[in-house]
Amino acid sequence: MDENESIFNSGVLTDELPGAIRPPQDLWEGKKSGLVVVECPQRIPCNPCATSCPTGAICAFSDINDTPRIDYKKCTGCAICVAVCPGLACFVVDLTFNEDYALYKIPYEMLPLPSKGDTVTCLGRTGEALASGIVETVVEPKHDRTYVIHVSAPKKLANDIRAIKVGG
Amino acid sequence: MTDISTDILVVGGGPAGLSAASEAASYGARVLIVESDLQLGGQLVKQTHKFFGSRDEYAGTRGYKIADILLSEIKENEQNVKVMINTTVTGYYSEDRTFTAMSGEESYMCIRAQRAIVAAGASERLIPFPNNDLPGVYGAGAVQTLMNVYGVVPGKRVLMVGAGNIGLIVSYQLMQAGVEVAAVVEAMPKIGGYWVHAAKIRRLGVPILLRHSIKEAVGERVVEGAVIMELDDKFAPTGQELRMDCDVICMAVGLSPTTEILSQAGCRMKYVPELCGLVAERDRAMRTSNPDFWSAGDATGIEEASAAMVEGRIAGLCAADSLGLPVKMTKLDEYWTRLDHLRAGEVGSKIRAGIDKVYRDKWEVRLDG
Ligand SMILES: Cc1cc2nc3c(=O)[nH]c(=O)nc-3n(C[C@H](O)[C@H](O)[C@H](O)COP(=O)(O)OP(=O)(O)OC[C@H]3O[C@@H](n4cnc5c(N)ncnc54)[C@H](O)[C@@H]3O)c2cc1C
Repeated sequence: MDENESIFNSGVLTDELPGAIRPPQDLWEGKKSGLVVVECPQRIPCNPCATSCPTGAICAFSDINDTPRIDYKKCTGCAICVAVCPGLACFVVDLTFNEDYALYKIPYEMLPLPSKGDTVTCLGRTGEALASGIVETVVEPKHDRTYVIHVSAPKKLANDIRAIKVGG
Repeated sequence: MTDISTDILVVGGGPAGLSAASEAASYGARVLIVESDLQLGGQLVKQTHKFFGSRDEYAGTRGYKIADILLSEIKENEQNVKVMINTTVTGYYSEDRTFTAMSGEESYMCIRAQRAIVAAGASERLIPFPNNDLPGVYGAGAVQTLMNVYGVVPGKRVLMVGAGNIGLIVSYQLMQAGVEVAAVVEAMPKIGGYWVHAAKIRRLGVPILLRHSIKEAVGERVVEGAVIMELDDKFAPTGQELRMDCDVICMAVGLSPTTEILSQAGCRMKYVPELCGLVAERDRAMRTSNPDFWSAGDATGIEEASAAMVEGRIAGLCAADSLGLPVKMTKLDEYWTRLDHLRAGEVGSKIRAGIDKVYRDKWEVRLDG
């Protein structure tokens, strides 16, 4: 087993895979409100992302075990899937935030809850601190204690930032 | 000793038992649910995370909320359902078709039921290692009960043993409670649980050490740490060891179906590794080789609440049918379609292989006359 495979086997994405494909760069760069980034590379019986997507951007599953397929032209970056996904595997990254910063919409179920204006640490897929970010908005789309935190952080980390740490 | 009688006895009030009871009661069967715990809901009451599955099985809803949904469904047929909590079914005497049960620690009773649905769930496995009797060594179920039912954190820093769904989810829940997870060790070269559950804790900085296991617990009077060891392809120690500080060692190394009552009832049993233990042979109705007994949920093989609920509905429907009640048998196909969908994937293939070993199209010898 090579190194990448054993890293993947421990829950860290190492490459694009069906269910974990990056949005097309050109569309992504111009898309106000951003595009969904899904990291769900295993066939498991789960479909709330598709059934909750208001625009059909996450294509309907023919089998509940399908991995998500995305029609990026339909994605509005609304982040409903971010709030709904039981695996916390959906993110939205808005590359139009400003020149150097992107807006990351990240699911969050920890304490403490950050507030607008707070500085948080942005983490990569193994929890490594990548940058600090500023909390722009905190929403709870489904009123079910899964929050979606909108954080501005360097755009060049668009393919890396996947979590935040608040405080300490 | 009191005597109780009912049409259908449901042993266990988890998602499978509640679904079975609700289904049977909706067709007019008198149902008695007997549950050992102090509340109904089974494993669901401890699950604070959102469930997988499809909308039909409440995907995206937190486990404990699913228990509430099932309980309110039962309320709709309240007149047909009796519930006894804090009561354990302790035995079945086939010669007079009687169950014994114990309520609290003092009071015993006999239950006479025309039919029984055994939905007793599962029990945790543990692995032996030196010093595993030190305070601070827990099963994952106990950690969840303490934390999510009683609001008590088990400690400050946890070593999790096992990266199946339970180990991964309980690690996440520990972090939500403000407890540090030092590492998750897993003997296999791959996590056993869903990949996304692992990704969730990895990105919060928890290492998952594959091909590693616990060697021993360290501590004088309580757990102060653990020695973990690396394993090779054949699960033999390579000699590489690491000492970790922790005050809790949490074992999440699997479950086994709870089936004693079925064995006592003479149901034909088989050891099926894919279903995690000894389980009853069953037909499309979830009926066992003893025609008075059905089974559903983790007691028929370790799977998920989503499947447990559907199996419970099948058992409830068919048990009500066997009493001559006017049931909608077309539902049976619908429920099987749901089960087939849930089991269609990579993870379901193991379950399918296991079920093939205990599934009977028809019974050669029926006990009923
Ligand atoms: C940490 C964790 C996370 C999970 N996450 C998910 C998930 O995301 N999605 C999902 O679908 N599933 C999940 N599951 C699995 C799910 O909880 C179980 O598959 C499901 O609860 C099985 O239902 P059941 O009714 O068969 O058994 P249980 O829920 O175990 O209920 C059995 C009940 O029977 C009672 N009982 C046992 N013996 C007796 C007796 N002799 N007399 C009286 N009562 C008795 C027990 O007290 C218990 O309440 C998870 C499980 C765990 C532990």
